[in-house]
Amino acid sequence: MKSRIALAFDNCRKEKRTALITYTVAGDNTKNNSLKILNKISKHADILEVGFPHNTPIADGGQIQGSSHRALKNGVKLKDVFQIIKKFKKNNPTKPIILMGYYNLIYQNGEENFLKSCKSSGVDGLIVVDLSYPENKNFANKCKRKSISFIQLLSPTTSKDRMKKIIRDSHDMIYYISMLSTTGGKLKISPKKILKNYFMIKRINPKKNLVIGFGITDKTISSLKSANGLVVGSMLCKTITNSLKMGQNPVTKLDKVVYNLKKKIL
Amino acid sequence: MMKIKKGIPLIDQHDKNFMYGGKFGGNYIPETLKKPIDDLTKLFSKLRKNKKFLKDRDYYFENYVGAPTPFIKLENLTHYLGGAQIYAKVVSEANGGAHKIYNATVHCLIAKKAGKKFIVGDTGAGYAGKMLSMAAKKFGLKCKIFMGAKDIKRQRPNVEAIKKNGAEIVPVKTGSQTLVDAVSECMRYWVSNCDTTHMCVGSTVGPNIFIKICAWSTAQISRELIVQVREEFGKIPNKLKLINCVGGGSSAAGFWNEFMDTSAEFIGVEAGGPKNSKLHAAPLTNGSKIGILHGAAQYVIQDKEGQIGSTESISAGLDYPGISPLHCFLKDAKRAKYTSASDEDALKAYKLVSKLENISPSLEPSHAFAEAIRIAPKLKSSEIIICNSCGDSHKDKDIIKEKLGSYVR
Repeated sequence: MKSRIALAFDNCRKEKRTALITYTVAGDNTKNNSLKILNKISKHADILEVGFPHNTPIADGGQIQGSSHRALKNGVKLKDVFQIIKKFKKNNPTKPIILMGYYNLIYQNGEENFLKSCKSSGVDGLIVVDLSYPENKNFANKCKRKSISFIQLLSPTTSKDRMKKIIRDSHDMIYYISMLSTTGGKLKISPKKILKNYFMIKRINPKKNLVIGFGITDKTISSLKSANGLVVGSMLCKTITNSLKMGQNPVTKLDKVVYNLKKKIL
Repeated sequence: MMKIKKGIPLIDQHDKNFMYGGKFGGNYIPETLKKPIDDLTKLFSKLRKNKKFLKDRDYYFENYVGAPTPFIKLENLTHYLGGAQIYAKVVSEANGGAHKIYNATVHCLIAKKAGKKFIVGDTGAGYAGKMLSMAAKKFGLKCKIFMGAKDIKRQRPNVEAIKKNGAEIVPVKTGSQTLVDAVSECMRYWVSNCDTTHMCVGSTVGPNIFIKICAWSTAQISRELIVQVREEFGKIPNKLKLINCVGGGSSAAGFWNEFMDTSAEFIGVEAGGPKNSKLHAAPLTNGSKIGILHGAAQYVIQDKEGQIGSTESISAGLDYPGISPLHCFLKDAKRAKYTSASDEDALKAYKLVSKLENISPSLEPSHAFAEAIRIAPKLKSSEIIICNSCGDSHKDKDIIKEKLGSYVR
């Protein structure tokens, strides 16, 4: 049986468009709002990435750090993250959810325990930022046995040989980091160059769903729409920050922003 | 049980996943850093076997750092306490005033070999930053130092030194605004700039290669000391205790390294924080669980979920929730013992040592002296204690003035 993530990509292929993947932090700015946000933006996005917050993230820029900080300040725990996803999945059973975070939280929770909670709340995929290949092989296999996609990352520093190995062992989706940056950095190389790298990677195995993330905003998204999927994260976290600053409702704000992103890639 | 292997450098006692004792260390890093870390690992393993490189290192240690640093007997302190004979390895006499100069110098030498023009580093007490900015200037590298905003305030003299050396200080305002956040921010910067920039981690923490380079550099301390001890006593004394403070653990690793296969006893002293406070920076003493921090598995102060805990210590250099995987390994293999000293104990020790002796240890080594002062009276006069006086108190003059009323060296 095909996974929900694979089906989401199939669907986009049928509609001849790129998949829109959003990233928001669970519990940002509150548990309730975070669920409302997921419900709203799932109407426009194809796959939802949800961050489980960590207070010492070594690869995230200011925007995502800010969102994580807000969530943690509101007392969001791992069990709340799973609760939010469970509630979301009740209304949107087919919409794929990818959890993203740092390994220490999984390690403290216990890998098996963590995956059990993923399964029972309806998580479809996992990104673990600081558990790279080949150290992640063991855990990735555990995910596979539970029919959860472990999403491997590739970056501009990844050698071609290494890419081949990572792609060979990858599951339903691979994430290409567009540039040398933490999340939310300004795009410092041209979309043309990013796409050149992208299609070079794509040629290694054209069947794999390969998405691009890092530095993607409403300004850059349309120039990258020939990819299988595009991830927008920091821009959404920033939208929440700004709407809170201006006393606006982050839920409706984010709904609009994601709707506009979608329009740009159609 | 975990065991230290004889005849193999401690830094090399890891498995193929770079784990010590199968549990500590490793490389928990984002994909982007895989290649730069791999490249650095290969380069360093070549360089440490390269005669020319070793000659360069020794040349700069001798003529720039000022090797060997003095080994002296603390006659007055010994007499005052009336027990074990107390000595100090006065590493604070090294150029710049602390052991951080060894790691900084080696990193600059490596950066040159790697063809990098920029170097970045983290700092807590400001010594790692000061030394890196000094060495960067000497070797013609452009330097950026990440430092917590709280530490910038409390370690003013070192901040001024960093600026004077022409380095840029990046204040880190996230989290607790101390060393832990400075290291995170420095790593983030490296993720974005690893193609042009070399990163120096200021202690024996972080991904494996940084632990290795740092401990390999500070090992100079014990290379000198073992010769000085043999000169003083004719041999390595049977009852010898080597006491060192531990925050990240770089000076202790270097102080003990050459004595690893001898009978010398190692005592590491962590920062116990303010008395009657639950906040401390002593993960080894207070039974913290293993977790991942800054790319490595180690005992680390954290909550049940795995969020890194906040720490408090009067000494910015020890104010860190984690501890080198090397020390976790030494602890579990029972090769070293770890204890802690409170802020108050460290201040008292600072006061006593500065009053009686011609040295003025900073608040970090004052933790080690606190332990020496505690145990010396209970020991026989045939027993030897050596403290690593790894930093000079000048940087702490504001804190000391505030706590003790005046700062007298």
